[in-house]
Amino acid sequence: MTTATTTWRGVASEEQDELPEKVSVLLRARSRRLLGDLLSPYKKSIAWLTTVIVISNAAGLAIPYLVKVGIDEGIPPMLHGGGPATMLTVVGVILAAAVTQAVTRQAFLRLSGRIGQSILLELRRRVFDHFQRLSLSFHEKYTSGRVISRLTSDVEAIAELLQAGFDGLVTAVLTMIGTAVLLLVLDVHLGLVALVPLPILLLFTRWFRRQSAIVYRRTRETVALVIVHFVESMTGIRAVQAFRREPRNQEIFKELNDGYRGANASSMQLIAVFMPGIKLIGNITVGGVLIYGAYLAFNQEVTVGVLAAFLLYLRQFYEPMQEISQFYNTLQSAGAALEKLSGVLEEEPDVPEPRDPQPLPQGRARGKVRFEDVRFAYVEEMPILPNLDLTIPAGQSVALVGATGAGKTTLAKLISRFYDPTGGRVLLDGVDLRTLDEPTLRQAVVMVTQENFLFSGTVADNIRFGRPEATERQIREAAKAIGAHDFISALPEGYDTEVGKRGGRMSAGQRQLVAFARAFLADPAVLILDEATSSLDVPSERLVQRALRTILADRTALIIAHRLSTVEIADRVLVMDRGEIVEDGPPDQLIAASGRFAGLHQAWLDSLS
Amino acid sequence: MKSYLRPYVLRLVLIWLAAMIGIGASITLPLISEQVIDGPVLHGDQGALLPLGLVALGVGAVEAFMIFFRRWVQIKPVLGLETAIRDDLYEHLQRLPMGFHGDWQSGQLLSRATTDLSTIRRFLGFGMLFLVMNILQLITVTVLLLNKYWPLGLLVAASAVPIVVVSLRFEKRYIRISRQVQDQQGDLATLVEESAIGIRTIKAFGRRHHVFDNYDEAALKVYGSSLDKVRLSAKFFAFLGLIPNVTLALVLLLGSLAVGSGSLTLGGLVAFTTLMLQLVWPIASLGHILAMAQEAMTSADRVMEVMDTVPAIESGDRTIDTPRGHLRFEGVGFSFPGSDEPVLHDVWLDVRPGETVAIVGATGSGKTTLTALVPRLIDPTEGRITIDGQDVRDLTLPALRSVVATAFEEPTLFSMSVRENLTLGRLDATEEELAAAIQTAQAMFVYDLPWGLDTRIGEQGLSLSGGQRQRLALARAVLSKPRILVLDDTLSALDVETEALVEEALRHVLREATGIVVAHRASTVLLADKVALLRDGTITHVGRHNELLAEVPEYRELLAQDADFDPSEGALR
Ligand SMILES: Nc1ncnc2c1ncn2[C@@H]1O[C@H](COP(=O)(O)OP(=O)(O)OP(=O)(O)O)[C@@H](O)[C@H]1O
Ligand SMILES: Nc1ncnc2c1ncn2[C@@H]1O[C@H](COP(=O)(O)OP(=O)(O)OP(=O)(O)O)[C@@H](O)[C@H]1O
Ligand SMILES: [Mg+2]
Ligand SMILES: [Mg+2]
Repeated sequence: MTTATTTWRGVASEEQDELPEKVSVLLRARSRRLLGDLLSPYKKSIAWLTTVIVISNAAGLAIPYLVKVGIDEGIPPMLHGGGPATMLTVVGVILAAAVTQAVTRQAFLRLSGRIGQSILLELRRRVFDHFQRLSLSFHEKYTSGRVISRLTSDVEAIAELLQAGFDGLVTAVLTMIGTAVLLLVLDVHLGLVALVPLPILLLFTRWFRRQSAIVYRRTRETVALVIVHFVESMTGIRAVQAFRREPRNQEIFKELNDGYRGANASSMQLIAVFMPGIKLIGNITVGGVLIYGAYLAFNQEVTVGVLAAFLLYLRQFYEPMQEISQFYNTLQSAGAALEKLSGVLEEEPDVPEPRDPQPLPQGRARGKVRFEDVRFAYVEEMPILPNLDLTIPAGQSVALVGATGAGKTTLAKLISRFYDPTGGRVLLDGVDLRTLDEPTLRQAVVMVTQENFLFSGTVADNIRFGRPEATERQIREAAKAIGAHDFISALPEGYDTEVGKRGGRMSAGQRQLVAFARAFLADPAVLILDEATSSLDVPSERLVQRALRTILADRTALIIAHRLSTVEIADRVLVMDRGEIVEDGPPDQLIAASGRFAGLHQAWLDSLS
Repeated sequence: MKSYLRPYVLRLVLIWLAAMIGIGASITLPLISEQVIDGPVLHGDQGALLPLGLVALGVGAVEAFMIFFRRWVQIKPVLGLETAIRDDLYEHLQRLPMGFHGDWQSGQLLSRATTDLSTIRRFLGFGMLFLVMNILQLITVTVLLLNKYWPLGLLVAASAVPIVVVSLRFEKRYIRISRQVQDQQGDLATLVEESAIGIRTIKAFGRRHHVFDNYDEAALKVYGSSLDKVRLSAKFFAFLGLIPNVTLALVLLLGSLAVGSGSLTLGGLVAFTTLMLQLVWPIASLGHILAMAQEAMTSADRVMEVMDTVPAIESGDRTIDTPRGHLRFEGVGFSFPGSDEPVLHDVWLDVRPGETVAIVGATGSGKTTLTALVPRLIDPTEGRITIDGQDVRDLTLPALRSVVATAFEEPTLFSMSVRENLTLGRLDATEEELAAAIQTAQAMFVYDLPWGLDTRIGEQGLSLSGGQRQRLALARAVLSKPRILVLDDTLSALDVETEALVEEALRHVLREATGIVVAHRASTVLLADKVALLRDGTITHVGRHNELLAEVPEYRELLAQDADFDPSEGALR
């Protein structure tokens, strides 16, 4: 079974299952930087928080002490007929302390909750935004499942710390410190004895921290694998069911799930040792102090009252330790998550934004595209475009044809700067794409990809994606222009019909029409259509082509199509073969000659009959 | 839920036992201290000190060991439960039909399989025990207090009343808010997923900011509800901290009066208050634990929502031993749930074994819907479909789906090795069969990939070109050697030359099998023996391509490239 799971995945050029990780010290430094960065806007609030929590804990700690005072000082006068005045005062003070504690605690919880949630929000924003900045090649290796896992499971691990852990941890630590001080004040001698195990405690904690860092990293990684597989099988559920893949999927899922279980089990085993370990240290201390204190009491070195109070406080000292170790645990888990997130945030986009962007000449794009000695390879050993030189003058409509896998889409993606060429330059109006800032480039160049993706939302929302500020009317115009208006109006709720998850409520052709309308609405200077009409029936395709004639009149266009009917509206045809342009010229000229295109064209004509 | 715990009954008993002994030990410890102070110290009895002290140490060690034991033993059941539910959830989701998956956002499903299950795990592993132990401790201490001096004990017991009342109110509101937060987190997950899967489109349009704004809006919603949650719990937690302290003050006051009147000794009062201080922590931490319990319950609800969904498409119980592949549509109608207008109605079609029918129809006419009915990805709302005379609903799903294989219009590949993608429907395919299927689909490019058939293709096959993806999907369908082969417009992304080669090879395959070929182009239609024209939701004409072309104007309009094409507009002929 294990061999089965290692092979089903197959081999990829670069195992980027997880981000490269060097030394764990480095990682911690990285996440600490992120943490510091996230916390820095809240310096003032944190100061406040500290004040409030100190007051709250002081009030809380004072209560047992006040009880003792009440018994020691309040009762004797009452026994001797002195009236309950002292007692009443003490009780009043206790009540005041209780109320103070409640009020400050609520304030603390609210404030810390708000800070925590704000940090979480900021973290979500940053990571999401960063993922969107990262290049396509990153996403191809990282896979959506892992993106999702970072932004859900990892963020939630941190959320848990901020929600419950933070509060508990701070309260517990402060209780401990306060109690420790009280212990020392109560009796220095005994107090020092009680604090003897502290170094052991610290060593023990350090051991736990080391171990858990490893273990929790593993839980983050294993849960990501579960999520990746889950997301992929749900995305492709149609094929899973149609091809009876369920048992095999179940097998794989079970194994990944067991891997996650294993990681969780290790972490629980660690806590199973850590928590009782702390308890043991605490109990031994209490026992030791009891014996030693009693011994001192014999020698009249402490009073019985002090000893009783001391034992009481000592328990209170170790009680929160349980809380602390529980929360320490969430802290470690969050730490591992933070490590992953900081890793993502430090990933540099390999299609970076220029440092000092160049403007386009004349302020707006005219649409001249030029490839200068462009070389490109997805995987180093396998160049897709060996050496490409090409100029497309502004306003020209170019049809790009060629066998499947020839590199047509790749060429188009280079114009859209999905990738940067490995050699040479791609220029728009004479400016290297690498020096154009993103908004300028995206406004100038829009591509309808081969795999058109619709977002959940209405038809109108999806068309509007091309230009978010477009009005209802403009959306309708766009749909009308390419002949999609009729089918959209016939939908149950017209433009407000939900397209469903990934456009699932539309037929394939309808999805293409919506994607087309979206690109049309964007109104770019350079429009790239990659097989944008492949799923349309002939009449709809014809409508689109008719529309294209007008649309393309004043803009540069690159049309990739296998149905050569599209080619006839082009001014120029490029025939591509294995990454090279083998024929280039106006359509009629190429047809008249007896080259590849003439052959292709003849084959196409034959296929029509 | 119970059935998930059954295998672990013994362990559960042990856990509770260990917990009880642990509590016993933790209650005994202060009592021993009291003994030491009341006995040896006050009476100067040094000899009794050491044994008592050793007992204290021993009891302390027992307590620690019991915690260890409990935690160690509970690992198996707690994780076993989580893992089993997740496995079952996944299995159930795989069984639920397309209709369900179309309606449910995958982020919502994912958040159930991960976040919700972890929440349940945390509660079971930590919260539940603490909840019960806390309550037990509270009861025990209260009973001890009642024993010590019942009037004050009664007062302490009475202080439980406001706690219970407020807890109940809190619970109601908290459940609502936590449900809201969890749902919103699911929505957030959905947006993340869309942003990752749709990254090409987002980049193509440069809509990073637009997508970010949508995400931000949803994230702000989560932020807002989380703050509501924080506010609510802050109030509740603070209240829980207040009650025991107020009670303590009252006890002190009334106790001192009782001491004054001589009905309680001073030592008795000291012991009473000391014991009472033990109530403060358990009550204060009750808040956290109750919140956790609420969340776990909400999570369980969310998971059950999915688990309780009965698959609308249930397996039948018959199999066909040697299917011939005679496919009939008998008055089939279909409408999507929630829409009153049927996509298909009165569809009659008879495809004899070995015959191939092309389905031709306009964009959105229902071709894909029609083909999805055969392997029961959806079920007809009217009429029936039979294979060799058997209603497909009577067949077991595995049997049915091994008879039918579909190459979908969207390739639907997975980020696994090419081999695994191809053998999706037939794990036991031999190398020869694999090679033959690859040959048929003209997918020989797979041998040129860096690791050949073992190369992992990107998510959804996106590291391949469009035509390459489509050919892989085709090879996959062919490889499963179905009696009925459905091709849903599977040649659309191929260039003319490759298309001709694939068609040639497919002819051989289709000679053996019953075929349904959805086509927009005449070249593909020619694969078929006859053509069915789908119009206005039903099959209006069935006949040979040439006949229909000559006789049916609608058909001619759909398929003939030159139909009513104005030459002045630039037709090629
Ligand atoms: N993201 C990627 N990673 C690695 N290789 C890739 C990637 N995308 C494409 N390729 C490879 O690059 C080559 C060219 O692909 P491209 O998509 O440019 O072809 P195409 O001409 O558009 O073909 P089609 O007509 O089938 O769409 C193919 O062999 C393909 O396998
Ligand atoms: N899940 C759904 N819910 C509601 N309506 C749907 C759903 N899926 C498809 N439809 C509608 O049903 C009709 C038929 O869709 P179908 O996908 O069968 O068309 P098609 O003939 O395959 O078209 P194409 O040639 O574009 O692939 C379309 O109008 C579509 O909008
Ligand atoms: Mg392509
Ligand atoms: Mg379809």
